[in-house]
Amino acid sequence: MLNVKGLTKRFGGLAAVNNVDADFEKGKITAIIGPNGAGKTTFFNLVAGTHKPTSGKILFQGKEINAMRADLVARLGIARTFQTTHLFENASVFDNIIVGHRLRTHSGFWDVMVNSRRLRNEEQICRKRAMEVLDFVGLADLAPRITADISQEARKRVAFALAMATDPEMVLLDEPAGGVNPDETVGLSELIKKMVVHGYTVGLIEHKMDMIMGIADKIIVLDHGEKIAEGSPAEVRSNPLVIEAYLGSEHAAA
Amino acid sequence: MSSIDLFFQQILNGLTLGSVYGLVALGLTLVYGILHVPNFSHGALYMVGAFVAFFLIVDLGINYWVAMIGAAAVVAILGVLSERLVFTPLRHAPPIHDKIAAIGVLLFLEAVIMAIWGAEFRRMPAPYTEMLSIGNVAAPAQRWLIIAGALLLMAALHLFLKKTIAGSTISALAQNREGASLVGIDASRVAMLTFAISGALAAVAAVLFAPINLVYPAMGHLVIMKAFVIIILGGMGSVPGAILGGMIIGFAESFGAFYISTDYKDIIAFVLLVVILSFRPNGLFTQGER
Amino acid sequence: MKYLVQKGGWLILLLLCVAFPLVSSNDYQLYVMSLAFIWAIAASGLNLVTGFTGQLNLAHGGFMAIGAYTLGVLTVDYGVPFWIAFLLSGAVSAFIGYFVGIVSLRLKEHYFAIFTLCVGFILYLLIEKWEALTHGTSGVIGVPAPPPIGPVSFESAISQYYLVLFLLVVSLFLMHRIVTSLLGRTFIAIRNSEELAEALGINLMRNKVLSFVLSTFFAGIAGGMFAGFVRFIGPDIAHVMHTFDMITFMLVGGIGTLLGPIVGTLLVTWLTQSLQFLQDFRMIVFGPLLVLLVIFFPHGLVGSYKIWQVKRAAKRAAEAQQAGTPIQSKSRIETNASGEGVGEEARSNA
Ligand SMILES: Nc1ncnc2c1ncn2[C@@H]1O[C@H](COP(=O)(O)OP(=O)(O)OP(=O)(O)O)[C@@H](O)[C@H]1O
Ligand SMILES: [Mg+2]
Repeated sequence: MLNVKGLTKRFGGLAAVNNVDADFEKGKITAIIGPNGAGKTTFFNLVAGTHKPTSGKILFQGKEINAMRADLVARLGIARTFQTTHLFENASVFDNIIVGHRLRTHSGFWDVMVNSRRLRNEEQICRKRAMEVLDFVGLADLAPRITADISQEARKRVAFALAMATDPEMVLLDEPAGGVNPDETVGLSELIKKMVVHGYTVGLIEHKMDMIMGIADKIIVLDHGEKIAEGSPAEVRSNPLVIEAYLGSEHAAA
Repeated sequence: MSSIDLFFQQILNGLTLGSVYGLVALGLTLVYGILHVPNFSHGALYMVGAFVAFFLIVDLGINYWVAMIGAAAVVAILGVLSERLVFTPLRHAPPIHDKIAAIGVLLFLEAVIMAIWGAEFRRMPAPYTEMLSIGNVAAPAQRWLIIAGALLLMAALHLFLKKTIAGSTISALAQNREGASLVGIDASRVAMLTFAISGALAAVAAVLFAPINLVYPAMGHLVIMKAFVIIILGGMGSVPGAILGGMIIGFAESFGAFYISTDYKDIIAFVLLVVILSFRPNGLFTQGER
Repeated sequence: MKYLVQKGGWLILLLLCVAFPLVSSNDYQLYVMSLAFIWAIAASGLNLVTGFTGQLNLAHGGFMAIGAYTLGVLTVDYGVPFWIAFLLSGAVSAFIGYFVGIVSLRLKEHYFAIFTLCVGFILYLLIEKWEALTHGTSGVIGVPAPPPIGPVSFESAISQYYLVLFLLVVSLFLMHRIVTSLLGRTFIAIRNSEELAEALGINLMRNKVLSFVLSTFFAGIAGGMFAGFVRFIGPDIAHVMHTFDMITFMLVGGIGTLLGPIVGTLLVTWLTQSLQFLQDFRMIVFGPLLVLLVIFFPHGLVGSYKIWQVKRAAKRAAEAQQAGTPIQSKSRIETNASGEGVGEEARSNA
């Protein structure tokens, strides 16, 4: 589904991502782990078009998407969540989600001026889609609540819902379980598995090893921007390079 | 005057302007580096500096240099007050709020000065009125004073930032807020210190420039906008960038006014900005792209 | 009926405005009020790009000046009929706004604010120095008043008042359409987080430029009306101080709300009137007021009311759920979901 070759990103002198190859298979969960500052988020930023790669190739469904603008990547079907979610705090959860489907609509300025039928239809579609995805992530009940009032875990689910509202093929999740307690983490794992069952391909960054080991089909390990290991959870767990990278780092995995 | 002398005159003009702009831009860039706020009220601080000195010199008959120190002190205190009362409470506010608050401070300071001194233009007597020539270039002593004073201050600031603990803290914080607070730097003291320095620099620049210029409540408008252009050129937060940028704008104006048109000389800086930002949206010396 | 209750605030305000000439004691009050309406149109244009889209445009006053000069110069120097010139005042402002927009909107946050501050200043200087076109510092004198449309003439202060009010209502109606539509939601998403909006497939540049151009259009027609109403324009109208005024209006009433800039403009205008003795020093009051508002009351009057309203609705919904009543009906959600944004809060916890 997503194939990355020799991907490199330099910030000034620092190679945040260095010559990384990676393949994300359709309908699978591919996890990226690594110590803080390893370049995981940067990797997602490159794939999603937030940053331009210094060099390398990114193929999505066989189509080259390196250096494509982020909004176009989203249109092609790659959605993402961020490490910290910026939601519109003073609006309802439902309101926050509606705009997620905007990229699949076509109404422009003149539709707005004359309040065209197309606009009204598309607004209905966006609302319907918002309700569907909220239902999917298990937040239908929270729809009318003010976003500022909901829990950290619920925010993560809102972020999932937003990503899904864009009708993606693939979803990149950046630390979806960050700041969430162990029980809730299990719930989020379930949700991610459910997404796969429904045909989404998932890319996942996480520090929580039990979660990763439990749900990932494949794990890619980054350290200092380089890929140091790759394989099934069992393979990665026993890889001496990985153990060293984590022990050598002061921020061992939580 | 021969055309070569005229040319040197323009260089001298450029240096004078560049010195003043550089000092103002330095304060602005330091504050930006520390707080990431474009301090729109900085021009008002500059203006208040000129008026305080004017008051001390003309109304109280105090010596020019003492007045300069007095003005620097008053404006430094104003700067610290605005940091404490306005910018600190807004540290975590959404991005446009601090800018609006800075505009509020600007409007307030201008209105207060207007209420006390009115809107008229005033002339501050120059402390030294003789002509001074260096080589072939003759100019009023005040111009040489501006250049020498600015260079001296810039050197002093450089030493302060490099050699003292407080100074290197400012540099550290300007480069990386989180990193600096990790090593246990007291961020709020540094912020106050920075505002004090920035205010004092603006006041000194104003007092140096005032004798060959006019003193009036709106005198800060153009200067602050040019200072913004300068720190964008030089990289927001960069000290050498502010000095270099100040000189670039100073020279562009002095030569532009002479060889192109005096009417439009004030536009030159802005046109430069528009052109540069059109091609480099992140400024001249930053390598940031996405 | 429910609709009426929901729109109650609007209706009351409209009725008050319509009734105002009946209770006002003299033409001067009408004049002040009409002028306030004109500023309110411009301020709500600024609110679109700044309050809803999150781009602090400090050149807004300059675009109002472009509108004013378009009307003034075209009618006085070129004999263009008033109403044609009036439409052009919006069009010219939007046209120039487009080009300024595509350059300036590539810049983020501070850079954008500083850049537009400079653009505003360039516009001011151009108006002042380009004498052949603008008459320089002497300004454009003898701008015609709005001529009659069919049987309706605009000679009396009252008729002018209603003309301006009509224009304001139309502007607000269009603004309402924009901000409550998917387009408005798109703008709000950009304000909320450009990074997130882009990841949701929103073309930042196109939407920001659209918002910017629309806002300059409103500034332009406000400027055109201003010229026809005051009958004289000088470079002063391009002064950045007017932009600052409009920011004050917007904040007092509530930034990022439809009604906010209108309420703010009317309130501050009448406050200024009652502070007449302060004249040029009114900023001694308004400067600190601006600071205090931003720190302690960032949502303004309308914004705070809206937040209270949304919170109350959310609380009721939560209670209803706890009481075991079936999950909220769609319409329940929709009442909260007016696309109208409520101030800027996001990122404060970033
Ligand atoms: N926009 C940027 N400009 C400059 N340097 C950056 C930028 N983004 C990331 N970096 C640097 O790149 C390196 C990798 O950062 P990245 O955020 O990708 O790490 P990460 O693996 O996601 O870490 P974490 O687990 O803490 O989220 C870090 O050293 C970081 O400082
Ligand atoms: Mg990360």
